[in-house]
Amino acid sequence: MTATTAGLDAIPEVSIAVPDEDGHGHLAEMRIDPVALFERVHAECGEIGRFRIAGKEVILVTGAEVNEQFFKSPDSTLDQAAAYPFMTPIFGKGVVFDASPEERQQMLKNQALRGDQMRGHATTIENEIKRMVADWGDEGEVDLLDFFAELTIYNTAACLVGLPFREEIDHRFAEAYHGLERGTDALAYVDPYLEGVEAFEIRDRSRETLVELVQGIIDRRKERAKNEGAVERDARDLLDVLISIDMSADYITGVFISMLFAGHHTSSGTSAWTLIELMRHPDVMAEVVEELDDLYADGSEISFQALRSIPKLESVIKETLRLHPPLIILMRQVVEEIELAGHTIPVGTIVASSPRVSNRLEEDFPDAQSFDPSRYLDPRQEDLQNRWTWIPFGAGKHRCVGNAFAMMQIKAIFSVLLQDFEFELVQPSETYRDDYSKMVIQLQRPCRARYRRRPGRGTA
Amino acid sequence: MKVVADTGLCQGHQMCQGEAPDVFGFDEDADTVTLLDEHPDDFARPQVEAAVRYCPAMALSIEEN
Repeated sequence: MTATTAGLDAIPEVSIAVPDEDGHGHLAEMRIDPVALFERVHAECGEIGRFRIAGKEVILVTGAEVNEQFFKSPDSTLDQAAAYPFMTPIFGKGVVFDASPEERQQMLKNQALRGDQMRGHATTIENEIKRMVADWGDEGEVDLLDFFAELTIYNTAACLVGLPFREEIDHRFAEAYHGLERGTDALAYVDPYLEGVEAFEIRDRSRETLVELVQGIIDRRKERAKNEGAVERDARDLLDVLISIDMSADYITGVFISMLFAGHHTSSGTSAWTLIELMRHPDVMAEVVEELDDLYADGSEISFQALRSIPKLESVIKETLRLHPPLIILMRQVVEEIELAGHTIPVGTIVASSPRVSNRLEEDFPDAQSFDPSRYLDPRQEDLQNRWTWIPFGAGKHRCVGNAFAMMQIKAIFSVLLQDFEFELVQPSETYRDDYSKMVIQLQRPCRARYRRRPGRGTA
Repeated sequence: MKVVADTGLCQGHQMCQGEAPDVFGFDEDADTVTLLDEHPDDFARPQVEAAVRYCPAMALSIEEN
């Protein structure tokens, strides 16, 4: 270690803002206000700075130049899985965290994220959102966290696992899944199985509930197969396939959890924030509603339009993603010594880049704190102009493989919602905020919105 | 214009083929984009720009001559 720690020592360490009473360095602050921590690293240390969580040195890089180095590093130097210890108990032992780029491409080919599969998904999502609002009256209130968390579970389950599986789950699955996400306490950097931590207890109970639910589904399918014969080949979904190769309910549940994880809280949170930002900016809302009304005036299908260009709505979603990236920090563990910003980073260190900080760099995004969807129109195109700092989906080879699916999904959701309903805030605007106490960020409650059916639009 | 495809970033989504099928092809073995026409005519610009904008891997760009 001695030869290389000199490299780390030369990197400035950020100040302590929350007293380090447990000896875990900046972990206490990370569990209360990670945004403040990451912003301070950038403000005090510049493009490369350092903090400590539970005996781990974390190097946080910011800015186009170093971000590019970070995102372009191959898997042989920077490893994702080891940097996210809080995921292991959620997926279960033996279930991989993230596939290699080669495996990801294979998944793309086989697994329903490919361009040519999107139209079917758009139809599926349109149906799901219509089901979700089917029991809405002419007006009422909705909890944005509950609503979008449940909707996106159904969307991802239907599109990624299969329609039969989707029909076998209900709100119990959505609620248990949410419990897993609440288990992502940064205390996992000390020990993901630490005793007496409420978040971990909720996580483990939730996972048991999910396994029970999946076991029930498997039992019913086996029973049905016994009575009615096996499901026809082309009607099989992924669950049928996994049952046929004799995987346990525990392992199957782990596979489903990992498949749904990346696409769930991210899409759920982004949908909720898109609606909040639209409600906060009635002028922008009016423009988007007009755009959608024009688009669908000829009776065209949502499944068709959601895959095509909807410039104003897309700009709103992109600006929402910039200001409220669902992942505020992207981490890798160094497995082969690398150089970043002129510093040699030794094996075992965690290196990270923060979408929350990069997305708000004043030099790349003028008036960075303000919500301005016109950033993405020609010729500004601030997303394409800043490929290494506009990073709500990450960047490089590990750039979110589901981003086209996510954009389509959110476009479909708002195509339905805004055509049939008007929305308004029911709380003071600034009270809509994220809860950063877990690594998976969720909207803080209360987070309610009022809906009213638009005059002349179909009733339930 | 010159079309540039970074095969190190390409994830094989094949969206660009939908946008501009005369400009973008696909190498099935390597699972990455290929350029069928590196210098497309200007009338293909809207399609190429759409491909650049909607590439899920941000692997495409246009260089002006």
